Amino acid sequence: MEILMSIIIGIIFTVSVYLFLSRSIIRVVLGTLLLSHGVHLLLITMSELQRGAPPLLNLGAESYTDPLPQALVLTAIVIAFGVTSLLLVMVYRTYKEHETDDLEELRGSADE
Amino acid sequence: MKQLRPNDMMLQVSMRLITLIIFAFSFYLFLAGHNNPGGGFIGGLMTASAILVLYLAFDMKTITKAIPFNFTTMIGVGLLFAVFTGIASMLYGFPFLTQFFDYFQFPVFGEVELTTALPFDLGVYLVVVGAALTIILAIAEDDK
Amino acid sequence: MNNLIILPIIIPFIIGAVLIIFAKHHRLQRVVSGFTAVGMLILSIYLAIVVYQDGVIVLEAGNWAAPFGIVLVADMFATLMVLLTSLLSAACLFFAFKTITPKREKFFFYPFYFFLLVGVNGAFLTGDIFNLFVFFEVMLLSSYALIVNGGTKYQLRESFKYVIINVFASALFVVAVAWLYSVTGTLNMAHISERVAELEQTGVVNVIAIMFFIVFASKGALFPLYFWLPKSYFGPPAAIAALFGGLLTKVGIYAIIRVFTLIFYHEPTYTHKAVIVTIAGFTMLFGVLGAVSQFDFKRILSYHIISQVGYMVMGLGIFTPLAVAGAIYYIVHHMIVKTALFLFAGAAERVTGTTDLKKMGGLLKTHPVLSWMFFISAISLAGIPPFSGFFSKFPIILAGFQEEQYIISGVALLVGLLTLFSMMKIFSYAFWGKQKHTDEQAKLPIGKLLLPIAPLVALTIILGIAAEPIFQYSLQVAEQIMDPSIYIESVLKE
Repeated sequence: MEILMSIIIGIIFTVSVYLFLSRSIIRVVLGTLLLSHGVHLLLITMSELQRGAPPLLNLGAESYTDPLPQALVLTAIVIAFGVTSLLLVMVYRTYKEHETDDLEELRGSADE
Repeated sequence: MKQLRPNDMMLQVSMRLITLIIFAFSFYLFLAGHNNPGGGFIGGLMTASAILVLYLAFDMKTITKAIPFNFTTMIGVGLLFAVFTGIASMLYGFPFLTQFFDYFQFPVFGEVELTTALPFDLGVYLVVVGAALTIILAIAEDDK
Repeated sequence: MNNLIILPIIIPFIIGAVLIIFAKHHRLQRVVSGFTAVGMLILSIYLAIVVYQDGVIVLEAGNWAAPFGIVLVADMFATLMVLLTSLLSAACLFFAFKTITPKREKFFFYPFYFFLLVGVNGAFLTGDIFNLFVFFEVMLLSSYALIVNGGTKYQLRESFKYVIINVFASALFVVAVAWLYSVTGTLNMAHISERVAELEQTGVVNVIAIMFFIVFASKGALFPLYFWLPKSYFGPPAAIAALFGGLLTKVGIYAIIRVFTLIFYHEPTYTHKAVIVTIAGFTMLFGVLGAVSQFDFKRILSYHIISQVGYMVMGLGIFTPLAVAGAIYYIVHHMIVKTALFLFAGAAERVTGTTDLKKMGGLLKTHPVLSWMFFISAISLAGIPPFSGFFSKFPIILAGFQEEQYIISGVALLVGLLTLFSMMKIFSYAFWGKQKHTDEQAKLPIGKLLLPIAPLVALTIILGIAAEPIFQYSLQVAEQIMDPSIYIESVLKE
């Protein structure tokens, strides 16, 4: 299961890097979105995918799911939500001001 | 110049109903958060989506009149709620954010667990509703 | 259990939240934020004294015992950084009162200002690696909002790059935390340090260490990840640029120093003496070359941030108590002087209406106080005795020679020379020469603008003259952070 997840995460990372490198500004934002998903999956996977046992802390328990990564992922999701929404507003404003979504045109000239 | 408005009566009537259901469910999620899936963040997002659906079905003016909250203020109030829950434990000499819970008997509900995590979650709820709507409305209002 | 150390985090948090509610009352916002800034300064001085006298303070948030819950740890290094943060933020805030336009104020300038401080102070005080990420994000989110504050075309365009590089680095941060968690099974930094010591730092642990280095290097603007800095710091108004220039990259440097003294300190020949020192050399060199090639007041200063960040990391890379003490001294000096210089750039811009050096000139005649105060800060930055720049570079370079790191020490000396050159370029173009601004502009009163900067200039003189006691203090800080057992014992109480 972990191997499969690792491959999936790898694919997600690849796609998001591809989106990062594209010229359209909204694709770059989608890239950040996808990257954060990949990262969250990685965080869950890295702590071993345990199934069938509740995350209960009982010293006698033979098997339990580690609750910590879940809490971490939740926090990371909330943060990603905040960053993405801010980024969307910013991209929208950029588009309005510059009237283009092409990053090549948003490069900026050397002399200013 | 305004375009001819499509007849969205079906949408408006059904949305009134659906929104109520979403509201109720989001409130349930918010309260369930302590021991079950749910919590302030998810509840808040769902409430925000309910209000957003209203904005979609009706126009901006109507809803702004119907829900006379300033969503930005809501963020501030929510943050204060959350942080003062943490501070409350400091006043009794416990570390910041120490949480307490106890069981109480209520006439109709029976035994209910009340925790100090609830006001904290209420803060989160308010922040999420406020932030989500502020951001969406910031883009929407710009379009006019 | 001591709630004192949570105060530098929650006070700005509460004030920020309150200021959101009263976003429309400009006067009230200014009064409240002004008093808060001064209060924070007093509080952080008190905190630094308490920690200096009584040793490390640990707070277990939520009353959860150490390796399980989130801890806040205030050692001498952290409290020193909190103190500097309060100092700089107060200076920049009072400068902002005079320069920020109401239009910019309206976009929640003050709330975000305080949330930025929440993030920065939190990053300094936390003892939990994931919590460090959270506070980094709080800081970065507020910085995104501040750097686009005003929303000019230039700002929006350049900030987008700033945001994207930081979002990417944050994603890598989570990856690094995930790997570290899978290897050590804990997030408490003291506990991680213990586990890494048991594991022996080889193979995968080194990979994680370098991953953390990459993450913090891109936030701290190290070679080759510094390209976002000069352009994005050019856009926002002077008060914000000064705060960012003085503060933000240093949070990344703080994290590097913390992680590489507390957790990944077992293989200094590889991580410190090879990787970090090399990167430091390139950072210094390319930063200063960028500064030399520029002809703009703010841009030269921005490139100098990069080259000076290199000095701090070089101090860590040499990894002797003397070098680390020098790095800490250098951080103190740099944060104060760099903020002052950025604020001077803002004041000069107020007079001349531009930061292009070719369009400036003759400020010395019309504004002598501004010019001489700038001169002091500039030569202090370049490292001329008796100011603080000299006494902070000296131990780093001395330690470099002691450890037989001749190349890096030579580069550091060369970079010092080029720094002097580019500072003198600013001075001779903008302050000497023919007056290029109109007589009306020359009559502009800027005395009030200089008031918040004056304490910073005074401090760089004091830091230079009183170098001995301050160096002793940095040495104590360095010895404390280079002995991880102090940190571990106070957190885990073994």
